[in-house]
Amino acid sequence: MNALKRILGILWIVLGPTIIIFLVMQAIEKIAAATEGIARTNTTLQWSIIIIIFIPICAGLMIFGYYALKGEYDRLPQNSEEL
Amino acid sequence: MPKLDDNATQSITKVIAASSLGTLIEWYDFYIFGSLAVIIGHQLFPSDAGASALINTLAIFAAGFIVRPFGALVFGRLGDLIGRKYTFLLTLVLMGGSTFLIGLIPSYSSIGYAAPILVLILRLVQGLALGGEYGGAATYVAEHAPPGKRGFFTSWIQTTATLGLFLSLGVIVGTKNILGAEAFADWGWRIPFLLSILLVGVSIYIRMKMHESPVFSKLKSEGKISANPLKESFQKKANFKMVLLALFGATMGQGVIWYTGQFYAQSFLENTCKLDFNESRYILLWAILFATPFFVVFGSWSDKVGRKWIMLSGMLLGIIFYRPIYQYFIDATNVGEFQKTELVSVSEPVISSEYIEDKADSVITSTVVKTLKSGGTFKEISVQTIHADKTLAAEERKISFADVTLSSVTYWIIIGLVFFQVLLVTMVYGPIAAFLVELFPTQIRYTSMSLPYHIGNGVFGGLVPFIATLVASFQGSTPLSGLWYPIGIAALSFVIGAVYINNKGDSEVMD
Repeated sequence: MNALKRILGILWIVLGPTIIIFLVMQAIEKIAAATEGIARTNTTLQWSIIIIIFIPICAGLMIFGYYALKGEYDRLPQNSEEL
Repeated sequence: MPKLDDNATQSITKVIAASSLGTLIEWYDFYIFGSLAVIIGHQLFPSDAGASALINTLAIFAAGFIVRPFGALVFGRLGDLIGRKYTFLLTLVLMGGSTFLIGLIPSYSSIGYAAPILVLILRLVQGLALGGEYGGAATYVAEHAPPGKRGFFTSWIQTTATLGLFLSLGVIVGTKNILGAEAFADWGWRIPFLLSILLVGVSIYIRMKMHESPVFSKLKSEGKISANPLKESFQKKANFKMVLLALFGATMGQGVIWYTGQFYAQSFLENTCKLDFNESRYILLWAILFATPFFVVFGSWSDKVGRKWIMLSGMLLGIIFYRPIYQYFIDATNVGEFQKTELVSVSEPVISSEYIEDKADSVITSTVVKTLKSGGTFKEISVQTIHADKTLAAEERKISFADVTLSSVTYWIIIGLVFFQVLLVTMVYGPIAAFLVELFPTQIRYTSMSLPYHIGNGVFGGLVPFIATLVASFQGSTPLSGLWYPIGIAALSFVIGAVYINNKGDSEVMD
């Protein structure tokens, strides 16, 4: 199981930036497709919010993957003394 | 186990009741805004903006959720520094005050753009307050609960989120039925907001009589309170890695299951399936009523068999069954198809016309109520444009359906399917407070558990209706496309939870 935890760590590291790239590409496409005026402003606002929120979360996913790869989750703390 | 002071003698029943009542009212305050988003959009946003008013309102709705993690940080830190009791008293005052004030905001036609700006500000305050409330209530109850009963006791707190929704829907439907649809849309929608001040007053009175958490009091008397909870929670690797695990392996998946079952289902039935306003809400009310006891069932069961697999089973069932359930919703409300073979009667048409000044065209709207053999009814709305020169518009007549009511059998099947979704909510949500509390030490518990909870629920969960609607509007998408968001997030959380989380946590919370 520990080997699986570490291998999956690589997946989480890769998944973080992949999600951001996907979101940015979607944002560009949808903003360009929106008609000029209020609709485009709205679309830009929506996607800006989504990307701003998900950047730190994806960074967290990368850190999670890094910890997993380094074996930090091989054994979880059994009590608060270990934290 | 460390010896507790006299505060520990406080009846656990009173602790649960007082904590749960306040949290229930906070949820009520928070939900009435979401439930009335369309009406608020019409009243407090530019009237000519149409769909943009709704989108703006939803954006503000999302903003309410997005600021929740910040509330978790601000009030979590405060709760770990000055205590649980005073912190969640403060959140209650902020929530109640801002809800009451939303009910007093003049319409857009009276004060212009000040109206949506005020809504946004008050909605942000609501989000901040909610971000601080839940972690405090869950921590407070857990710190009073004996080991082996923590899942059971904290599950009562978990019921409040659902009961708050139940209460908000009940008040909205009741007010609308008493006043009538027109008066409700005009001014009656303010009543649920104004009513909040009474509920909050009662809750503040009850909470003022409560004592501080015995575990926190003991730490305080020993001078062991954390000097900097934020730093200890997020800069100390040993703790930060558990915050990340709690988020990605549990709260992220739990959040999307919760919001899909309790919000997206009703929104889908009303907006995509065109179900009648009241009918879609009654369906949810019945489902919630039947499912709510299961929060306590699963919370209690998690004390015996562990938290992990109950929560993950809820996620897995959602991943498997969401698409078939929502496909049934579409099939069962496809009145356009049903009327070809099942039409029994058609009412006299109600015709209205609207003159479009700038084009000198007229729009003729004809509405009929049709009844099907099964007993279901629906409105068929036909819209035709007549140009100034009396010619018909080149485009075809636009026909749409609204206010669909279901046959008795279909109605109860749909209640059953929504109940099943809320049952999944109880599986993921019932044990999670105990799970989070047991993951972190007392000194930084409020801060550490609040952040992953509110990112999971506020961001991932709160954005379900918003992102799902957005995805479903993409070119080439189907009405079911929006479900890929909750399914994908739940699947990711399921894998992380299954691989990395232990089934049995640290049952000692006094350290």
